[in-house]
Amino acid sequence: MAGQEQQQPQSRDSQVEEDIPEAPPAAPEAQASASTQGVDDLLDEIDGVLESNAEEFVRAFVQKGGQ
Amino acid sequence: MRVMGAETEYGIHAPTAPSANATMMSARVVQAYAQVTRQRAAGGAETRWDYTDEEPLHDARGWTLERGAAHPSQLTDQPPVLDAEAVALAYGREELELDGQDESGTLLMNMVLGNGARLYVDHAHPEYSSPEVTNPRDAVTWDAAGDLVALAAVRRLATDPELPAVNLYKNNTDNKSVSYGSHENYLMPRSVPFGDIVRGLTPFFVTRQIMCGAGRVGIGQDSSTAGYQISQRADFFEAEVGLETTIRRPIINTRDEPHATADKYRRLHVIIGDANLSQVSNFLKFGTTAMVLSLIEAGLAPKVEVHEPVSALQAVSHDTSLKATLRLLDGRRVTALDLQWMYHEAASKLAQDTGVGDAIDGDGHTHQVLERWATTLTQLDSDTAAAATSVEWLAKMSLLEGYRDRDGLAWDDARLGLVDLQWADIRPEKGLYYRFLARNRVQRIVDDGDIAAAVTEPPSDTRAFFRGRCISSFGKDVVGASWDSVIFDVPGYGRLQRVPTREPLRGTKALTGPLFARHRTAGPFLAELLGHTTPPPAA
Repeated sequence: MAGQEQQQPQSRDSQVEEDIPEAPPAAPEAQASASTQGVDDLLDEIDGVLESNAEEFVRAFVQKGGQ
Repeated sequence: MRVMGAETEYGIHAPTAPSANATMMSARVVQAYAQVTRQRAAGGAETRWDYTDEEPLHDARGWTLERGAAHPSQLTDQPPVLDAEAVALAYGREELELDGQDESGTLLMNMVLGNGARLYVDHAHPEYSSPEVTNPRDAVTWDAAGDLVALAAVRRLATDPELPAVNLYKNNTDNKSVSYGSHENYLMPRSVPFGDIVRGLTPFFVTRQIMCGAGRVGIGQDSSTAGYQISQRADFFEAEVGLETTIRRPIINTRDEPHATADKYRRLHVIIGDANLSQVSNFLKFGTTAMVLSLIEAGLAPKVEVHEPVSALQAVSHDTSLKATLRLLDGRRVTALDLQWMYHEAASKLAQDTGVGDAIDGDGHTHQVLERWATTLTQLDSDTAAAATSVEWLAKMSLLEGYRDRDGLAWDDARLGLVDLQWADIRPEKGLYYRFLARNRVQRIVDDGDIAAAVTEPPSDTRAFFRGRCISSFGKDVVGASWDSVIFDVPGYGRLQRVPTREPLRGTKALTGPLFARHRTAGPFLAELLGHTTPPPAA
């Protein structure tokens, strides 16, 4: 136990991309395509409302001090 | 269940005027909402905040910070006045011509609203502080009402061709090293030793983000590492216990400013939470924290201590798998889920023993919180797709993963940063959370009608009812108000009449509703309230 205690990782930054929760169990074929369709529809809708020029927009969002 | 309240500082951005001054823009937001409500007090201005009882330098550990040693941002007991001269000096003539000054030449920075809330300029952000409520469902309702208040101000500003459009975001960081807060407040008996609060709450606060984190693209205060994390706020915490809220942010804040009878109550000021759009995450944030405070008061909080809580807080936030373990001081290693289950188990037992958690005979809230808490922890452990319909960081992550899958985007792609930011835009047509809500991809706790009503209606069961009704019924005669006072300037009285409201559970609809119903004007209302036998003569 004592040895284990000292193995606190310095940072988990590098793990973040790998650590995405597993996909839910595979659904039947028809359901899976319906759900994929749902995601595609959602992304299409959101493409339509996203601000244009993402890079500039995100860069310009600068806040002053806060609590 | 417990007196509580929410505070939200909104991120503010004028895309067509990126260099506009943030304080000025924030003042315009307050001014715009004043125009929407047409709420004017006797002096021609909005009801001023009464700073008499503000004590931001009182420390719960038993001392008071000297003013000279305080960071300027800590001096929240002084009205932030921007008069014409200060505006011109600081921001130039152009800003002066565009601003919304009242007839006295002073920029409006504070409003007390008819729903009992406060809308004001906090440093460089518009902030909405909800009225006091008694349960987590009402906390969600009146916090969400604040988003509608902010929306109404944004809409108003958008109609003014002279002013740049202003966007407001319910998030907590600009991803460039600045964080702004969304605070919670809970009333507690003064008799609970502060050390017990620190011990009991710290492991809970390190881990409750897995239910109520809002999710964030970027790791590190300046987002210098690409990735996605659970909490908006975690990377900005640097201390375990302290008085500050803008620097060296502590997990447990010690500001001791009760806004109530000081020898009876303390107001626990919580600065570690994320602003939540997700109603379930917000409900769990208030509901579970209130229950953990009950555990602490009963001396029954789990006996656990986390090794190096600040780094543990960040480790939990960076681990979206929820599999990482934290070291406890007794040598055990546990996951964030394990720790939350320990608190859930203790809270269930206490609720059962006291009867408040009974589904039928309980307090009407504890049962629902315990069920939601257990369901959410179970889903986080075994069915994250189900959890994504309620837990905010997972809902947002599902959208980001959709983009990553479709377009092959890396975590540092600006479009993912935009999705993260725009998730929190408070305009339903632009805010991505609201697209999820419209498609029923996230669950509701409160329906839209109740939230809309809470924009103008105060809660009925706290002193906020009295404050809100004074504003909506006699606004032009109310020159000042605060959490624990309402100040009238009524013809016939020789001086201002300050009505103290130091007891949060008085001033309710049951107690004061009939008084409001009996009077159409402030003079006789005040005379009856203050027990004067005859109303003052009309001026």
